[in-house]
Formats: sequence, C-alpha cells, structure tokens
Amino acid sequence: MATTAVQVGKGSGVLKSKSSSDDRVMRLFILVIGGYLVIALALPLYAMFSKSVFNSDGSFVGLSNYFSYFQTPALVYSIKNSLFVGIITTLITVTIAFILAYGFTRSRMRGKPLFKTIAMIPILVPSLLPGIALIYLFGRQGVINWALFGNEIYGPIGIIISEVFFTLPHALIIIITGLSIADARLYEAATALRASRIRIFFTVTLPGVRYGLISAAFVVFTLAVTDFGAPKVIGGDFNVLATDIYKQVIGQQNFEMGAVVSVVLLIPAALAFFVDRLVQKKQVALLSARAVALEPKPDRRFDNIMLTYAIIVSIFILGILGMCQFAALFKFFPYNLSLGLTNYQFDLMDGGGWNSYFNSIEMASYTAIFGTIIVFYGAYLVEKGKGFGVIRGAVQFLAMLPMAVPGMVLGLAYIFFFNAPSNPLNVLYHTMAILVISTITHFYTVSHLTATTALKQMDAQFESVAASLKQPFYRTFLRVTVPVCTPAILDISIYLFVNAMTTVSAVVFLYSPHTTLASVAVLNMDDAGDIAPAAAMGMMIFYTAAGVKVLHYLLSRGIESRTQAWRISVAN
Amino acid sequence: MKNILFGVRSTVAAALVFGLSHAAFGATDLTVYTAVEAEDLKKYAARFNEDHPDIKINWVRDSTGIVTAKLLAEKENPRADVIWGLAATSLLLMKGEGMLHAYAPSGLDGLDSKFRDKSDPPTWTGMDAWVAAICVNTVESEKHNLPTPSSWKDLTKPVYKGHVAMPNPNSSGTGFLDVSSWLQIFGEDGGWAFMDALHENIGHYTHSGSKPCKQAARGEVAIGVSFAFRGAKSKASGAPLEVIIPSEGIGWDMEATAIVNGTKKLDAAKTLVDWSITEKANKMYNEGYAVIGIQRLAKPVEHFPDNIPQAMIDNDFEWAASNRKRLLAEWQKRYDSKSEPKS
Repeated sequence: MATTAVQVGKGSGVLKSKSSSDDRVMRLFILVIGGYLVIALALPLYAMFSKSVFNSDGSFVGLSNYFSYFQTPALVYSIKNSLFVGIITTLITVTIAFILAYGFTRSRMRGKPLFKTIAMIPILVPSLLPGIALIYLFGRQGVINWALFGNEIYGPIGIIISEVFFTLPHALIIIITGLSIADARLYEAATALRASRIRIFFTVTLPGVRYGLISAAFVVFTLAVTDFGAPKVIGGDFNVLATDIYKQVIGQQNFEMGAVVSVVLLIPAALAFFVDRLVQKKQVALLSARAVALEPKPDRRFDNIMLTYAIIVSIFILGILGMCQFAALFKFFPYNLSLGLTNYQFDLMDGGGWNSYFNSIEMASYTAIFGTIIVFYGAYLVEKGKGFGVIRGAVQFLAMLPMAVPGMVLGLAYIFFFNAPSNPLNVLYHTMAILVISTITHFYTVSHLTATTALKQMDAQFESVAASLKQPFYRTFLRVTVPVCTPAILDISIYLFVNAMTTVSAVVFLYSPHTTLASVAVLNMDDAGDIAPAAAMGMMIFYTAAGVKVLHYLLSRGIESRTQAWRISVAN
Repeated sequence: MKNILFGVRSTVAAALVFGLSHAAFGATDLTVYTAVEAEDLKKYAARFNEDHPDIKINWVRDSTGIVTAKLLAEKENPRADVIWGLAATSLLLMKGEGMLHAYAPSGLDGLDSKFRDKSDPPTWTGMDAWVAAICVNTVESEKHNLPTPSSWKDLTKPVYKGHVAMPNPNSSGTGFLDVSSWLQIFGEDGGWAFMDALHENIGHYTHSGSKPCKQAARGEVAIGVSFAFRGAKSKASGAPLEVIIPSEGIGWDMEATAIVNGTKKLDAAKTLVDWSITEKANKMYNEGYAVIGIQRLAKPVEHFPDNIPQAMIDNDFEWAASNRKRLLAEWQKRYDSKSEPKS
C-alpha cells in the first residue's frame, strides 16, 4: 500500500500534492480518534492507578494500600473465589459449547437455525437475569429446588450456572467459527486411511479447532471473572472481586481500596487477553487457501443424538427465560400465584421507574450511532491511512485495550477522572454523554475488530485507483468503503445497541437521577428485595433487544441484497 | 489538538453561561439528594410545592450507601444543594468532612432534642426515625416449627440455624445500625459475643437493609433482621409477616435534612430546610413512620407495632460515626472471611 502510493507519487507531481493534502486531513482525523481514546480510556485508567497509591487525604502512600489489601483475609479470599468461578465456568461452558457447535457443523440435525437462534438469546439479557430466574427455580421457595439435593443456590453454584448461561453464546460463536474452517480434504484422507470416527475426532477435528477452543476459554474466563451481575444477585456471601469493588466503593466509600481491587481484577483479565492475542496470531498461519469446505454426511443416529443435545441446551436457556417472565407476572410469589401486571408499576419502585427504560433506549441508540461512526472511522484510518505509523500503532493498541479492562474498573476510573474539579471535562459527569462514552469505550474492541476484518477484505487497490483518478479519500470512503462494509457496520451498531441495553458494570458508577438505566434498575430493584419487578424490567430489556435484533435481521437482508450482490458474482 | 481543546472549553463555558442565565429567569431548581423510599418522593415534592411553587425539586434518589458514597465522591465538586432524607450517621460523616452548611431553620425549637445536630447552629435536622425490627414469616415459621422470637438473644437459639438473614453492615446502613446498637445494648464484648452466636444462625447476609424483610415476605427466609417501616409496608401488601420489636431495645437512625456547603442557591435551600421541619411536613412523615421529629403530632401507623418509641435505645450517633471504620473492619474480619467456598 505505502509503496504503491510512493510509486504513483513519483510518477506525477499533481498526484503527490493531492494525496498529501488528503494525508493532512487523514492525520488530523486520526489525531481526533486517538485523542478520543486517550481521554475516554488512557487518562481515566491512569487516574485510577494513581488513586490506588494515595490515601483518602490525597497524600502519596506508595504501595501501602496494596499491603493492607493483602493483609485483609476477607479480601484475599475473593481472588481465590473469582478464580474458582472463572475456571469451573470455563470448563463447563467450553464443553457445552463445543458439543453444540460440533452438532451444528458436523451433523445434519434438523432445526439448526432455530437452535442457533435460541443459543444466542443470553446475549440479549443482562447478566443479572439468570440469577433472578435461579432464585425462583432453586431458592428456598423455588419451583424445582429439590433438584439441588439440599444444596444452597446462593453462592458458587448459582454464580456458575448464571455465568454458564451468560457466556455460552460467546463461546459458541468462536467455536463454530473454529470448526467451520475445517478442511474436508483432511477428513477424506483420514477416511481413506480407514481411521475410526473417534480417531478422526482426536487427530483431525480437535487439533484443527484448538486455537478456537483456547480463544473461547479465555473469553469465557474473562467474562466470568469480571462479571458483576450474577454474583451480586445470587452470590449470597460468596465474595468475588467484582462485588468487592462495589462493596468498597458503595458500602464503605473507600475509593482507594476500590482502586486497589480494580487493579487486582485487571490482572487476570489483562493476562487472559494478551495470551489470547498471542494465540490468535498463530491461528492465521494455519489457514490454507486451498482448503475445501466440509459437508457433513447424514448419519441418522448421530444426527438424532445431536438434536437431543441441542434440545436439552435450549430447554435450559428457554427455561431460565420463561421462569423470569412468569416471575414478573405472579402477583405475590409464592403466596399468590394469580397473574397480573402489578410488578410492572416501576414508578413505585427503586431504580428510576419507567424513565429508566426509556433512558436505556436513548442511551443505546446514541451508543449505536456515535459508537459505530467513531469505531468504523477509526478502524478505517488505522487500516487504510498512510504514514504516521507510530500514531496509528498507538491507536490500534488503545482500540484493543478495552477488551482487557473490566467494566467495573472502567466505571470507577471514570469517576476519578471525570469528577476531578480540575478537569474541564467534568461538565460531562452525571450526563447522558458520559454513559454513552463509557459504553462505547467498554465495547470498543470487538466493534473495532469487526470493522478491521471487513476493511481487510477490501482490496487496497480501490484507494490507489481512486487516488490516480484524483478522487479525495473521503469520496472513496463514502462511495465505496461504506457501502461495501454495510453488513459489518450494521453488525457493529447492533452489537453496541444490545450491549448498551444490557450492561451494568461500568454504568453502575456513572448514572445520575436523570439518566437511570433499565439494567441498573434491575440491579437496584433486586438489591431492595423487589425481585419480581426486577425480573419484569429484565424481560423488558430482553424484548427490546430481541425486537431490535429482528429489525436488524430484516434490514440487513434488504440492504445486503442491494449492496452485496457483487459478493455473489465474485463467488460464482 | 490545542484548537480542539479550546473548542471544547468554549463550548463548556457557553453551556455554563446559558445554564446560569436560564436559572436566573425561571423558577429555582434545587438538586436534592435523598434516600427516601422511591414511592414517597412525588408526594414529598408535591406537598412542598403546595407552599412553595417557585422552587422545583430535582430528586437524586438512591439507597443510603450509594447516596453517601456519591456525596463523598463529589466532595471537591458538590452537585447537591440540599440533602433531604438521608441517615443522620451519614450526615455526621459529611459534617466531619466539613461538607455541610450550618443553619438553624425557623421552628428549630419545636423539634425533639434528639432530632437535631448537637452543634449550634446545627448542620442537620431530623425528620423521622427508622427503627430496627425483626420480620417473621408466619407460614414458614409454622412449616419449620420455629417459635416466634421476642428478643435479639432469642435469635441465637440453635432452632433458628440457617433461617435468619441480616444486612451486611459493610454495604447497608441498616446493617451498621444493627451492629452499632447491639454493641451499645450488650456492651462491646457482649455485643461481639452476641454477633458470634448470631452468625452461627445466619443463612446469608444481604447487601441492602430492606432485602431481609422482603425475603421474609416471600418466604425466601423465615426471619429477616430489617426495619419496621419495611415490615409494615410488606404486611400491608399481603405478606404473611409479623413485625417484632425485640425486648432488649432497638437501634434506630433518623432521616435528616442538611444544606450542602457551597451551594449557589442558599436562599432556596434554606426555604426547603425550613419547610422540612414544619408541622405539615412532620404530619407527612407520619403517614409512613411512627416516630417523627415533632413527636406530639404523631399518630399510630397501621401495621406498626405500637411500643416503638419506648423501645428505641438512647443511640449515641457521634460514637457510632467516629467508630464506624473500626467496627466495620472488625465485623469484616470476624464474619466476612468465613464466606469462602465450602469445599
């Protein structure tokens, strides 16, 4: 790319001056995006790190906050508890997701689209919701609490079941992708060599998908360790790092210790993230251009086993969801099981009432619109920009960083940074804008990767041809890049919208009375003991997210048929 | 980059100027932080506006712990003008940080002497008291053959093992109220010994003070250590609950009012605080609370046990506030570290 530009430039003086004025504009824009990431991410994190080495009077105390942290047994147990939950959840989720993905890619079971859709449902609900459902299912008054054989749902069991529900779709997406890139020629060779089905599984399938499995494991682990919703609702006295941050800050107003716990929570998340990046790099080299797509052969017995399995997983997911809907409709569980809408009178409860719901929709819309513009344009500049390599590298690094920063940590960092009286940006504190900024930043990485992947698929010659036709880069961007990448742009906006609807962790520190959110209302209603209204609000979030997702599906089909026709012709 | 920053700054300045001029022409907006129950907020503002229609209240409502955290977090840059309806122990913390504006509202003499800050002029005035109580689910008690407890000490009997929930004092104001009152009732050593025994019976600790009672209302636990107001409300909505006032006496805290130091709307703030201790306001508090700032006006409240005023201990708020850190740390050391996974 760079060499092409230079050669073209040498050929014609006019072109050179044209592209350099383009370059200047591009450089300005990349500085703007870089500036955004510095303000929305780097500086708040710096503020949090520095808070952890000061005491409440504001004098520097070095690492003494850390020493007192590690001398408090109650707090140190939480590290162990968090790791315990993370590891067990990872083992269970990856196993369940792998078998399901195997069924989707290696069998010809019926109803694949239906079961895939069901398996994606947990993405559309806040992580608090499975916890609430589990209380109704397995609590002291739970409808099937005999199934626990006298064990207590409050604690690690409840947290782990909730986290499995919550992380399943994430693992599934990654593992399906991993299994889909299998090369049919390897299977043909193995079959020709009369290898048994089991042998093929261990010598061909498993090695082929190993990077996908590792990647899924790290994603699940990070999500489970940093999640705040499930342990808050159903954790009982089982403390984990994420709830400790909340307790330190909200319960004890001990911001310094909150910052210390945040740094501790940052370590496993960041570690998992960087190991995953290393693994990802290796995977690219594994793909072969000559691979042939694998078409599973019908096998009645195997297909039926896989179908049964998919049904069981679907019952688990739909059961949790259905329980929540019933919980919301019962008038006074368990003493009055007649149905009614009393629990939808949110204005009589904590959490901000129906306003919270509409605030959430507003916040999610802003996040989707501005987030998509910022993320996609940022990815474009990093990917297609010329020169300025150091800055582009820095922006790329900052764009990857949010993945390693738990939401609680980001939220706390925002308090420290945006409410500092010396910061001119503190007018943002307590506004809708800060919620939008924090949410965009929190979910920046996946959006950025989606955009980058789509942009990488575009031939670099579009830009060089456009440059030789003396077209300014923004015309190419609007006339070619954006239409070609429409599917990715829609994906990013829906991803941001849904996550903005369901997220709790970062915004729980940042909402104000005028900007209460539905997801936080679920948390606060549950906290006050109003669990049925909490379930009702949680289901409102689900219906909204699901509705938008359906809309997105219809819209993207319509747009794709118009803008993506070229892909089909290329394929032919 | 410099230009961009300048742009941001001038926008900010413009917004500030616009905001200020807006405030000067319209009715006065007061930002009021509160922990009053969500269902009561509209009523409070409406009653106040009957007498002062020119002052608009913008509520910032959250649970006691969160409002307190918010106020302390904003210490350098306060956003609230007035605090109306926050625990006196929280206001004492803020007083210690110099965050409250001392002001003697008109009608101060009419208030019960308990219901005001001891400094002169006071930094806060009380509205109503919320008192500790035990919520007992009668259906569950029968199912598990639990006798109805009549004292705090009763709760330590082995028969209740696993059936009691109480709020964690590290995250709940009510929880701290319980702990500090037990230490005053039983003395420091006796109090910890009582809590050691109680801990054996606790099924789980909750993060919020109303949750144990609401859980008892749904039968999620048989007995919830909570506060009377919540029990009365749940009983009114049809829960099979008995609200018990233990015989040793009960801890209590009050909801109180204060002006935040540095408010730019001091006059309006004073008007609100004046109103907050009027007889009209007290009668309004009495609709939900049995014990109010001007106790001679108090009428009995439905579903509230009637022996509350006599059972309230002589609570030493200053002691509780100044020992808060130490007590919470001790509690955490004793009971929180036992929460590791049972393997």
